[in-house]
Amino acid sequence: MDAVIQYAPLLWQGLLTTILVTVMGGALCLVVAFTAGLARLSRHRILRWPAGIFIEVFRGTSLLVQMFWLFFALPFFGIQLHPLTAAVLALGLNEGAYAAEVVRGAIASRAKGQTEACIALGMDPALRLRRIIIPQSIPAMLPPFGNVMVDLLKNTSLVSLVTVADLTFSAQMIRSTTGQTTAIFITILVMYFALSYLLTLLTSWLERRFALDRKALTLQRKENALMKVGAA
Amino acid sequence: MRPSTEPQAVVTGAPVTTEPIIRFQNVSKNWGTNQVLKNLNFEVAPGEKVSIIGPSGSGKTTILRILMTLETPSEGKVIVGGDTLWDVALGQKVRETKQLRETRRKIGMVFQQFNLFPHMTALENIIEAPIHVLGMNKAEARERAAELLNLVGLGKHMNHTPPQMSGGQQQRVAIARALAMRPKVLLFDEPTSALDPELIGEVLSVIRNLAHTTDMTMLMVTHEMRFAEEISDRVVMFDNGAAVESGPPAQIFKDPQQERTRNFLRAVLQH
Amino acid sequence: MIWDNNFAVSIFPILLQGLWVTVQITLLGTLLAAVLGLVFAVLRRLAIPVLSQVVSFLVVFVRGTPLLVQAYVAFFVLPAYGVSFNALTTGIVVIGVNYSAYMAEVYRSGIQGVPKGQWEAATALSLPGVRTWGRIILPQAIRTVVPMLGNYLIQMFKDSAVLSAITVVELMATAQAIGSSSFRYIEPLTLAALLFLAVSYPASRLVNRLERRYAPQH
Repeated sequence: MDAVIQYAPLLWQGLLTTILVTVMGGALCLVVAFTAGLARLSRHRILRWPAGIFIEVFRGTSLLVQMFWLFFALPFFGIQLHPLTAAVLALGLNEGAYAAEVVRGAIASRAKGQTEACIALGMDPALRLRRIIIPQSIPAMLPPFGNVMVDLLKNTSLVSLVTVADLTFSAQMIRSTTGQTTAIFITILVMYFALSYLLTLLTSWLERRFALDRKALTLQRKENALMKVGAA
Repeated sequence: MRPSTEPQAVVTGAPVTTEPIIRFQNVSKNWGTNQVLKNLNFEVAPGEKVSIIGPSGSGKTTILRILMTLETPSEGKVIVGGDTLWDVALGQKVRETKQLRETRRKIGMVFQQFNLFPHMTALENIIEAPIHVLGMNKAEARERAAELLNLVGLGKHMNHTPPQMSGGQQQRVAIARALAMRPKVLLFDEPTSALDPELIGEVLSVIRNLAHTTDMTMLMVTHEMRFAEEISDRVVMFDNGAAVESGPPAQIFKDPQQERTRNFLRAVLQH
Repeated sequence: MIWDNNFAVSIFPILLQGLWVTVQITLLGTLLAAVLGLVFAVLRRLAIPVLSQVVSFLVVFVRGTPLLVQAYVAFFVLPAYGVSFNALTTGIVVIGVNYSAYMAEVYRSGIQGVPKGQWEAATALSLPGVRTWGRIILPQAIRTVVPMLGNYLIQMFKDSAVLSAITVVELMATAQAIGSSSFRYIEPLTLAALLFLAVSYPASRLVNRLERRYAPQH
């Protein structure tokens, strides 16, 4: 265990990098998911087809291949990305392609009557999407989004293979200097597990937060409180 | 003797004295080889309350859905308040035009399944479109929504969400929501069909109230025959994609001229 | 010239060999995962004190940690305790165990989906436990699970690229080796990506069709 204690600052740095990559990759993933997912539902072929190709290509090939391609092959086109950029880009695009299908599925499975009610109220497609369809679909998206984010977190370990000094990279470094393989790997396994668990907790908190009738419940609670004050 | 259901027949009932607010001209709707509407000609006068009755699958709901632009006619012309809503030649691909969007503003609709927005409270359901479509300011929209909720007897339920309300309450909110857009024409698509029997009365009484107190044009597809008789200026009997008979409720219900109307009324009024 | 066609053609046969290794890993790994996953699912369902809890925790732990780190553990840690295979075997075992945790979950939902009446009928007929599981419950549970297994198979096919990090010479490692020895990365990496796509896209189409055919009957 002494290697773990001795190299704790390095592990801490690695942990911070892992969290940073997760957060940036997650943000990119969400942007990609909504862009590609909504484009996939568009009436216009010019949006639908590129989105479809993007989703199939990024879901159909390995994340590691994509990451290596951005890191090793892109420089031949004269584009040299910082390892961290290549890593975040690959993670965000790859997981975003999966999450795009979540967005598409959740929106496509909305009740048809909701769209009809919007038309009857004169709402144009953009307003419909922004005010009604997307907010309603969020609760259905949250659980699968949670899975995508846990996947993304675990896949951040691959960034160590393109020289980003994350938790896995630090562990490998400590292993090769100290030879204390068991302690160091058990430690980072537990750390990854704790992070996954936190993400799961966050997802279920968001699920409760965005549940459809949650808003009404809080409003009513306020109302009841006022009535009690009035009665007293 | 076959009644005159030849495609060209114009259905007239109560004499239309002013320019009609709704006019269907030779409108057909095909689903594959199945013709849901057959060359329909149909007019509604401003302020008129019209009930459409007939067996299911007779094309009644399609009329409302074409008016609300939820469905595209296969052929024909529909004019609302002097503006063309649809003008379709057979086989023509129809695009949503600005004209269509503006014309349909005159129309509101109450759905069989209410279609309230489940993530919004009753109040938010009502103010949503006035604010974001009509550009009304929030305070004014809220004030008007509160009035409308009082009108439908739900003034105390403004902060409830649809899952917290009964079907009857939801449908009354849906009526208030449609009214908030101040439509000239309000369509009701079997507004009580999805309700438990004990909740039908509260919704009908709201609609009855509207029929008696507003000069809004109302077009209702319904299976509530007694109610149709009570509130309508005119009742139209539909069967097999065409209007079979049309006239004042007293005539349609007491003295129907067409065999098919008699058969239908006998079947639905039996129980 | 950015893309060298002759070079691409010359490396294609080697990449195909890599692809073949990837396919082998996937098939053997899926077999292992399918069997282990079933064992885990049944053990959890039987509610044996301690054992069921341990299995439950292991399943959750494996699902909560990265495949790459699990592979490192198997590759670097286990040999220190006298357990050592060649890289390929280690890779297959690691990815098989990793996916068994996911498949245990799939079986669990399949078992839960079997109507309660089926258990009650088996009890009413005094069928012994093994018979109930083997002839009544699992055949119905697995039917609904088949398409999900297909999805995981495709996912494993793509994930197996991670095993290149523990020196398993599959498609990804082959492409990488070509790249580092020739200093040309575009052709091997692009071809590797296309080969992954060429297998996984038609496969996922096939699974989609299976999904519709095996849709739950109850």
